[in-house]
Amino acid sequence: MTASRGPGQEIAAPPESPRHAAELASVIRSPIVDPGGVTLVYHGAADAVNLRCWIHGLPASQPFDRVGEQDLWVLRVELPENSRIEYKFEVVRDGQAEWILDPLNPLTAADPFGANSVAQGYGYERPEWTREDPAARAGLVEEIALKSAALGDDRHLAVYVPARFRRSRHYPLLIVHDGLDYLRYASLDTVLDNLIHRLEIPPMIVALTQSPERLVEYAGHDGHARFIAEELPRQLAHDFPLHASPAARGLMGASFGAVASLHAAWRHPGAFGRLVLQSGSFAFSDIGHHRRTATFDPVARFVNEFRRRPGRPAERMYLSCGIYESLIYENRSMVPLLRHHGIEVRYEEVRDGHNWENWRDRLQAALTWLFPGPLWMVYE
Amino acid sequence: MAGGIVSSAHGFGQYLHMHDVLLLGPQFRAPNLRDALAHAGLQGPVVTITAGWQEREGELGALEEHLGLHARDLRLYERAEAVFDAAPALHDAYRARQNELRHLQDLYRLRLGHAKAAAQALMRSDDDSPLMRKARRSAIGGLRRLDAEHLRDVRVVHARFEAQLAASKRPILATQQSEVASLVASAALVCIAGGHVAVLVNRLRLFGLDHALRGKPVAAWSAGAMAVSDRVVLFHDHPSQGAGNAELFEAGLGLVSAAVFLPHAATRLATEDPQRIALLARRFAPAACYTLDDGNYLLWRRGRLAAAAGSRRLSRSGRLAPAGGDS
Repeated sequence: MTASRGPGQEIAAPPESPRHAAELASVIRSPIVDPGGVTLVYHGAADAVNLRCWIHGLPASQPFDRVGEQDLWVLRVELPENSRIEYKFEVVRDGQAEWILDPLNPLTAADPFGANSVAQGYGYERPEWTREDPAARAGLVEEIALKSAALGDDRHLAVYVPARFRRSRHYPLLIVHDGLDYLRYASLDTVLDNLIHRLEIPPMIVALTQSPERLVEYAGHDGHARFIAEELPRQLAHDFPLHASPAARGLMGASFGAVASLHAAWRHPGAFGRLVLQSGSFAFSDIGHHRRTATFDPVARFVNEFRRRPGRPAERMYLSCGIYESLIYENRSMVPLLRHHGIEVRYEEVRDGHNWENWRDRLQAALTWLFPGPLWMVYE
Repeated sequence: MAGGIVSSAHGFGQYLHMHDVLLLGPQFRAPNLRDALAHAGLQGPVVTITAGWQEREGELGALEEHLGLHARDLRLYERAEAVFDAAPALHDAYRARQNELRHLQDLYRLRLGHAKAAAQALMRSDDDSPLMRKARRSAIGGLRRLDAEHLRDVRVVHARFEAQLAASKRPILATQQSEVASLVASAALVCIAGGHVAVLVNRLRLFGLDHALRGKPVAAWSAGAMAVSDRVVLFHDHPSQGAGNAELFEAGLGLVSAAVFLPHAATRLATEDPQRIALLARRFAPAACYTLDDGNYLLWRRGRLAAAAGSRRLSRSGRLAPAGGDS
């Protein structure tokens, strides 16, 4: 098998051959991608090098092989087509382990904890609608503050206001948990600009909330649900011309943010007609205790209660989860339950992990289904 | 070249001051309206119809700057809102008509999906036997019958609403229609911008522009071009949701007949897919399907295509041929 290692280059020599080692030594960009997987290469003095990544079902640490006596390390990882994984190298020297980005890989993904290197499997392409389009008119992001009786403090949040906003028009409202992270790490503003420009979604007001204690407030917290479902929409309806119908009200979140979205909609039926739940941390137990850490205790209490009596928290829900996530079982389990209770569900599984670029890449499918734009009707 | 058709932009001088209809592609990125009007010998005073822009109606700054002249907008969107506010019964009747049209469109779309899937499957087959050719003709015939039936149904709904409107004699609507007609009569040219094609067609019809525009030189772009033809076809070959089946939507004003206009074809039409192009061309024949992209225009004069620049015509073989050329 040949593998590309840069424009016009490939590794052609058979493994174990001296020519193969020489070709690896000349690699200047990692990983080397082929249809069956990726080959990771590290140049440098070390006692050991390990791949650290979080793919459910595979070991969290995989050792590199040293090539001969050289300071050259290589690891072949099977990676199905269209996959995307994030990783770091663990380099061990003199008993000290250091986690570093892949020095030969310019692709990185940021998140609230820093950055990881990114391996894009064969066939994966970053969707073009996630990149800035000079033709798309940019919306504005404004900051607002409001006093929350439900939470007992002041909350500061950002609001995306679409380009060509007019007070004489009424807009759908989408509230996004971890909204500032969606802006920073999932290019949400660019995605909104592009999808609105392409008429795939209507111009909408998007409230970007950020909790100071998300693991508490997003874990089935009634006060937070009241803030999201009552106080915030009331303030936004005062500040912006909004459609009042549930079909024009959406909630979105990833991980614990998905739990908070489902919980708020469930506690306040009729407030939101549309939900986007990405990689929801829907821990539950059919019997006994759930298998996760104590942080998940309130989540499991809510999800268990929800599974007993789901009701109809929204008419339509979009769910997605990466199949390399440990949460895949919980998300798969949610789908038949929701459908059984008459909720229109669209569910996507992708070869990706629990990360922001996975959530970014799903935004078009989610938003265009839940909030279809005037694509068929508008010819400017 | 087909008889009487000028295929470049250089044949206009001899037709000065005729009642023309000029159809153009989008005007917001690289406007060519001024040049096309100059080629056609058309000039002001200009009134505009920008109802398709909805809340942005009448924001003419960029257009006036491009044309280098002042224009007056007919404000059809705003007038409709005023009429609806003043005559709630009329608004209710209008809403009821829209609901009926939506229901009709949903039923048509359901049938269209199956009929088009069959036609597409037959057209993609390598089998070129007489039986297959007959099956293809029959499938396309089925699509054409479905489109024709739908258009008839749409026209019936409109005729019923218009009869209801005439019988109800709403003075506010009559006043507005009369104002609009006199503004149109005072202008030498009516420019109809693009935007939301349903909103535009509905306002044009509500204020009687189908009559007021007869014999008046018109320049219309994007949705405006769709609205002045005799049928409005919605299309997008690769939408993010759904099958992307082009659908017959409305009867337009009919200022131009036997033509289907496809604005933004470069981004909305799968031009690389000859079967898809051929099916669209055959489905709407004998009407010709014309692309209208940035910088394109077509001039209709005495009911015929007289000049074209940039626009392409969808051929039965699945190619895109220069508008006006043989297909």
